[in-house]
Amino acid sequence: MKMPVKIKVNHHSYQLEVEPQETLLEVLKNKLKINSLHRGCEEGECGACTVLLDGKPVCSCLIPSPQADGKEVLTLEGLNRDGELHPLLEAFIENYAIQCGYCTPGMVMTAYYLINHLTHFSEENIRKGIEGNLCRCTGYIQILKAIQAAKKNKDAGRWW
Amino acid sequence: MVNQAPSGMKMRLNEMKHLVGSRGIPPLEYHRPRELQTALALLGELQDRGRLIAGGTDIIPAIRKGILSPSFGHMVDLSSIRELDYIKREEDGIRIGAVTRLSALEESEMIRKFVPILADAVGHMGSMQIRNQGTVGGNLANASPAADTAPPLLALGARVLLKSAKEQRVVPLDQFFLGPGKTILAPGEILAEIQIPLPEDQGSFCFFKLGRRNAFTLSIISVATWVKVEKETFQGIRIALGAVAPTPMRGLKTEEYLLGQRVSEKTIDSGAKAITDEVQPISDVRASADYRKDMSYILTRRAILSCLTPNK
Repeated sequence: MKMPVKIKVNHHSYQLEVEPQETLLEVLKNKLKINSLHRGCEEGECGACTVLLDGKPVCSCLIPSPQADGKEVLTLEGLNRDGELHPLLEAFIENYAIQCGYCTPGMVMTAYYLINHLTHFSEENIRKGIEGNLCRCTGYIQILKAIQAAKKNKDAGRWW
Repeated sequence: MVNQAPSGMKMRLNEMKHLVGSRGIPPLEYHRPRELQTALALLGELQDRGRLIAGGTDIIPAIRKGILSPSFGHMVDLSSIRELDYIKREEDGIRIGAVTRLSALEESEMIRKFVPILADAVGHMGSMQIRNQGTVGGNLANASPAADTAPPLLALGARVLLKSAKEQRVVPLDQFFLGPGKTILAPGEILAEIQIPLPEDQGSFCFFKLGRRNAFTLSIISVATWVKVEKETFQGIRIALGAVAPTPMRGLKTEEYLLGQRVSEKTIDSGAKAITDEVQPISDVRASADYRKDMSYILTRRAILSCLTPNK
């Protein structure tokens, strides 16, 4: 039975009809063509499907779409502005934090949340923060560097 | 006859459509009540055809893996019921609404101040994404032997408030679990609130969790203890363990052994050794039963000793 869902995705409001067994990930990917999202393990281990739901990182593969009714979603596409790459993504590129790229959209959303909200911005806390995003290429070192560089950019005013 | 094979096949493919491509969730009726009364009335009607869901971090993977067969047909989502989402202080202690997200517990000033052991344990559960989605009531009601909110809540002497359309009851948490995935919740009944008596003044709490790695890991074993010492004797003690029995458990015999005894390393050691007679661990992908048994001794001893060391 289809259910109505009102949802804001990357600053645009949508009125959708969803099947309740469709997950938020499936709705975003199939109905709204949010291509950055990756379907990985589908059990909350890998974090490739991470989006910000009402500002907080969650695994979109675990959320029945009706549960997202009335909520706001932000994905990597929503970070860029007027075709300009978000400073966080630039930092990922400059620090070689992207190799195969599968984890990147989820990792970037977690990093975006950490940079905006982490009170003690230590390496240990960043590591703890990205525990739910698996990367099998970089060994995480470049990702840590990218997040630290992006934070510096933010502190210097290069951020939105 | 030749033409019938494809159409039969097509029919079967249609039946299996939800399984193609992804390990999809079969079609079901989904209810998302906003008020507790509506939810309870609905559950009263559905009885065992209704399956409760809160954050979904346990249930959705269980359905995908086929561990949970969605034959129930109806899913009742409690996560949007505001009345069940709170952390508050009452005269007799702290009360937590069942659909309070794990991250809300971790971040709550009140929890950090009055029951830091719970904030500590929750901080080591799942990942940030899981904690933002999963709820404390879901973690308990799902009744995993390795549920990490259970040992600290057992050590705190917590009670749970269960509600159905017709009645409600308050039960000590150590009577709530029946086995893996099984609780005393009757059809039509929900776990509504967790009640924590405020920790007594002269006692201290400790929590240890052992996993295969440091981050984002399921417990091989977890131990939570509450110890109160007066005149160098154990005046109060609770020992709770996770992942070493079919349910999260209290080490009642060990508690009884230690209670009233003079505090010494030898007593603590014998007490902690006694816990190995109480645990009933299994071997699984994370650890063997023998290893879990050994670790229940080691971690119980360590937790009691840490409770006795101020400013650890």
